[in-house]
Amino acid sequence: MSDTVSRGEPLLVAEGLTKHFPVMGGFPFRRRVGAVQAVDKIDLTVRAGESFGLVGESGCGKSTTGRLLTRLLEPTAGRISYRGRDITHARRTELAPIRSEIQMIFQDPYSSLNPRQTVGRIISGPMEINDIRPAGGREARVRELLEIVGLNPEHYNRFPHEFSGGQRQRIGVARALALEPRLVVADEPVSALDVSIQAQVVNLLRSLQRDLGIAFLFIAHDLAVVRHFSQRVAVMYLGKIVETGSRDDIYRSPRHPYTHALLSAVPEGVTASPSPRRERIRLTGDVPSPILPPSGCRFRTRCWKATDLCAAEEPPLAQVDGSSGSHLTACHFPEP
Amino acid sequence: MLRFLARRSLGALVIILLISAITFLLFFALPSQPALMSCGKNCTPDAIAVINKNLGLDQPVPVQYWHYMTGIFMGRDFSVGHCPAPCFGYSFSNQQPVWGTIVDRFPTTLSITLGGAAAFLVVGVGIGMLAAAFRGTWVDKFFSSLSLVGNALQIYFVGVVALAVLVSGLHWMDNPAYYPITRNPGKWFMGMLIPWLVLSIIFIANYSRMTRSQMIEQLGEDHVRTAKAKGLSRRTVFFRYAWRGAMAPIVTIFGIDLGSLFGGAIITEFTFSLHGLGRLAVSSVNETDLPTLMAVMLVGCTAIVVANIVVDAAYALIDPRVRLA
Amino acid sequence: MATTPDAFLTVRDLSVRFRTEDGVVRAVDRVGFELERGRTLGIVGESGSGKSVTSLSVLGLHDPRHTEIEGEITLDGQVLTSAPESVLEKLRGNKMAMVFQDSLTALSPYYTVGRQIAEPFRKHTGASRREARQRAVEMLDKVGIPNARLRVDDYPHQFSGGMRQRAMIAMALVCDPELLIADEPTTALDVTVQAQILDLLMDLQQQTGSAIVLITHDLGVVAHTVDELLVMYAGRVVERGTVDEVLRAPRHPYTWGLLGSMPRLESDVDEPLVPIPGSPPSLLSPPPGCPFHPRCAYAAEVPDDRCRTERPELRPGRAAACHLPRDRQQAVFTEQIAPRLS
Repeated sequence: MSDTVSRGEPLLVAEGLTKHFPVMGGFPFRRRVGAVQAVDKIDLTVRAGESFGLVGESGCGKSTTGRLLTRLLEPTAGRISYRGRDITHARRTELAPIRSEIQMIFQDPYSSLNPRQTVGRIISGPMEINDIRPAGGREARVRELLEIVGLNPEHYNRFPHEFSGGQRQRIGVARALALEPRLVVADEPVSALDVSIQAQVVNLLRSLQRDLGIAFLFIAHDLAVVRHFSQRVAVMYLGKIVETGSRDDIYRSPRHPYTHALLSAVPEGVTASPSPRRERIRLTGDVPSPILPPSGCRFRTRCWKATDLCAAEEPPLAQVDGSSGSHLTACHFPEP
Repeated sequence: MLRFLARRSLGALVIILLISAITFLLFFALPSQPALMSCGKNCTPDAIAVINKNLGLDQPVPVQYWHYMTGIFMGRDFSVGHCPAPCFGYSFSNQQPVWGTIVDRFPTTLSITLGGAAAFLVVGVGIGMLAAAFRGTWVDKFFSSLSLVGNALQIYFVGVVALAVLVSGLHWMDNPAYYPITRNPGKWFMGMLIPWLVLSIIFIANYSRMTRSQMIEQLGEDHVRTAKAKGLSRRTVFFRYAWRGAMAPIVTIFGIDLGSLFGGAIITEFTFSLHGLGRLAVSSVNETDLPTLMAVMLVGCTAIVVANIVVDAAYALIDPRVRLA
Repeated sequence: MATTPDAFLTVRDLSVRFRTEDGVVRAVDRVGFELERGRTLGIVGESGSGKSVTSLSVLGLHDPRHTEIEGEITLDGQVLTSAPESVLEKLRGNKMAMVFQDSLTALSPYYTVGRQIAEPFRKHTGASRREARQRAVEMLDKVGIPNARLRVDDYPHQFSGGMRQRAMIAMALVCDPELLIADEPTTALDVTVQAQILDLLMDLQQQTGSAIVLITHDLGVVAHTVDELLVMYAGRVVERGTVDEVLRAPRHPYTWGLLGSMPRLESDVDEPLVPIPGSPPSLLSPPPGCPFHPRCAYAAEVPDDRCRTERPELRPGRAAACHLPRDRQQAVFTEQIAPRLS
């Protein structure tokens, strides 16, 4: 599958994607008594060359979504296709050619690298597994990758513990790049890093996306980081996508109350000139349990606009009056 | 908590049933001729057939197993007479109901095991906590090196040395012997003292080391720091916060060790010439006394399984997070 | 540094060193600040900057076996640095209390939330078990836990992250402390909950008039919560001032770097972030002179290699520990840094 894909063409498409984790309990014999509805019937499309951001608070299902899309988890229902091919239940052997095109970057740069392997082995590992022999040899390719991610190619023989947190995340990026993927699923890639280092890694990922045309599914809880990195964004709450659209749709004219609340909760930007204090929306309480999510709209228990309709009927994710065609909101009473 | 215990007990019951079925199958379905043994010198095929019939050995194995298991709970009639519940059958070697022998021997093993376990748990954990409290000082170093020595010792060595020194050499104590605790607690205690001492020496090493490292780990935990930040005294922090966390893994290991103590009863009892279940097991093997062996196995397994339930309950008491599971 | 008469907490020339197997870690190097009652001081820095170590020394929570502490800390006129453990025990959780970052590990999993809140109250006030329990319910209610009367008997793992953090605040405030140190109190929380917790802390301060030290790595968190701000780097204070002064007209190149690294909701998305190159120094062998000089773009401007050889002093009041002349600092900020931040 090395033929070219033009930018903007749908790469990875999920329809009705659902993951329910069984909850065991009961007496005397343990049995399935319920399910954690981690991801519930979501649709999303990642297009070639773009960065698609998935934001939400902890427990909203964004990481589960990432693991479903990379087939690290088996979906309960729904369909995933990669470049038009159904991979929802594809077996290992069928997935093999696609595996090299989709790579993952993880949050924790400490635990996702084998401490007993040299950086050279870590990065060339994917090439060995997939039996890829780049022209000039694997070692030359690894050195090249180290250079791309901003590490010293001479550090080929060092071990992960000899690097700082930011450098380790760069090693993870280099490993993901080793197979020249078309799509990288990055799960909270910078949230474990200090601010000054975080900026280095965000810039690195941005340049990779722009210069190498790699598509990203960027999963993060930090709205400002996602805004900086993604052209299209989806906001998740309790296993559902509540709003999706272009970066401007979401950040300039959000229609879902939850998106509003999220944006207003972000600590106000530090600016050189005093800015008018944004009107603050304070959500009360915590996210409800995904085992027994609220009926109808899942956000209604924390929403200041909720009515009986919200409890009775789940709002569809659709275009609402005054939004552009690609801007979808799941709300009965969208914000103006 | 009750639910937790109920579930565990139910599971234990299944395990015991399974063990009983497997042992029964192994012992009774094997091509051995138990009747031959109780038949004596002038044995004829007819005599063997009679004995087989008397013992119910002519019936299919599942039926035999059924009779055996129901016998345990409801008693059982043999041609020689009624064997009241709990009936484990008649011994092949002395023609007595097996249960009587078990009742005779079990308290000895129980005394050695539980007494020894209590001793090494208390002393071992105590020493470990002392070492943790005085980490890095001579107290810590002394006990650490002591535990290295203790760890290398085996019961048949320490046991023999203890007997030689305390009994034969210094005449401080009599040979270990079992006296029923109900009749004379003082004599019972003195009679068991040497086995307990020896078991302690061997196990204390492990427990003090584990306790020490667990305590040191717990003392570095965030929640222990929080307890300090609340103004709680060093002693409260040590005994209430750090200790509780350190106990959980130790209780788990203790459960495993209790099991191996029952298993190791054979060696312990031979070392100290005590007549418990361990010796009974050995003699019944020698005499191919299948009913006795089977009963020892079942009682031993039950003891281990019960010990494990107690340990699990203790674990759940220590750590509330386990109770939900 | 001149001592203001009504300074409630004074930290003077505090240095903290840890002895480790690899050598001596200079975690905090001559740090000083003052805090009055009813005021909030923010300490901002990245991991390893010494901000948490500083706060732990105020409560005297370092293990004396591995730690050397120099300098003087006084609370309400009482010198803490030389006070015996028994005196500190009476102050901790009582006159000075602390809220930690990760409420899952910072609360004991083995005791109920109520008991953990009631414990310091009983110890410091001599209240009965019953009174202390009543007080725990009251405190849980005060920090916004619904059904406090029932939840008081729950274990920490039965609480959500936000509720646990509230419980921890309740625990810290149970004896009405006059000094509250909050070490990254919102870092482990989601943004919507983070905002709730910060609001709660500020509301409670309004009611009690206590002094708060808020330690965080997030400049966004301090913007509307603190009065004064310290920026720490490699164990030292590199900049000090009121929060407006430091955030609107920062003087130290490290503060500029922090501000430039932060992605913002208002910034131009086509511009890349401006990170600080390199990574923080090892505190086993911090660089000579200014610890920031290996990452500083302006070090070369300073004559005589002073950034590499001479430690820049932090003057009293509004100040930055930097060799760049004041007018040059101002010029760089207005010409190069500020345009990127608007």
